[in-house]
Amino acid sequence: MKARIFVTLKGGVLDPQGRAIQHALSGLGFDGVNDVRAGKLIELDLADGTSDEDIDAMCRKLLANTVIENYRIEKVA
Amino acid sequence: MKSAVIVFPGSNCDRDLAVAFEAATGSKPEMIWHRDTDLPDDIDLIGVPGGFSYGDYLRSGAMAARSPVMQAVARAADRGAFVLGICNGFQVLTESGLLPGALLRNAGGHFVCRDVALTVENAQSAFTSLYDAGEAITYPVAHHDGNYFADDATLDRLEGEGRVALRYAESVNGSARNIAGILNDAGNVLGMMPHPERVIEAAHGKTDGQRLFKGIVEGLLAKA
Repeated sequence: MKARIFVTLKGGVLDPQGRAIQHALSGLGFDGVNDVRAGKLIELDLADGTSDEDIDAMCRKLLANTVIENYRIEKVA
Repeated sequence: MKSAVIVFPGSNCDRDLAVAFEAATGSKPEMIWHRDTDLPDDIDLIGVPGGFSYGDYLRSGAMAARSPVMQAVARAADRGAFVLGICNGFQVLTESGLLPGALLRNAGGHFVCRDVALTVENAQSAFTSLYDAGEAITYPVAHHDGNYFADDATLDRLEGEGRVALRYAESVNGSARNIAGILNDAGNVLGMMPHPERVIEAAHGKTDGQRLFKGIVEGLLAKA
């Protein structure tokens, strides 16, 4: 079983990396990019039967810092 | 007086901090490896040093905060031992929950490595008692992730309770309310981005950091 964890900065938390990407895109001539937010994708290869609670606990205890980040879990068959 | 400096893979200010502890306390600190699960029961002072623990993987300080030794540090802090986290050490303390908030990437996106002007906000704390309230001092900074973040309620509480120990007196990294260093609610844990251990000897060019370490020793003696 695989799970993908998407970790993103909460709204209102400054993202200098996203801003730099936005500037670079504009430098390449791509107009109309209003905003860029960069995040992380963490792929987990899990033992079958790993509970949703455990995956959620992994996110809360390590993978995301919930002071500044949100996370979304996507299970892949 | 017993002190210790925690050493993670990737710490690089551990020996400087050990020199500062030895100069202030008169005895060499124990260097404690991150895999150790215990600290001496009678430990008075613990330093969490600067550097790039675990290569800053995942988030600065995130892996170090979950290493075995940090549970021992939390237990010692509960007992009342003084804990000083500098730079990456501050990031480790916020990641481990010993201090509130988080350290984000510097607002300008750049690594900042230079002397910065600071104001001592709280000169009553056990760490800062040898400074005057409102005193202007200079410590160097060297960090990429020093932009302190917490929600407004937390920031209000920190300010209301006198837990902002140090503030930047100039624009450095985008920190909320220019916060450079904060205390826990009990006042025995201090986290700060600037490096006092780099300004303790005449040969360093400045000695503004000396009184922080001497103040810690006086605070510990007063407590004993």
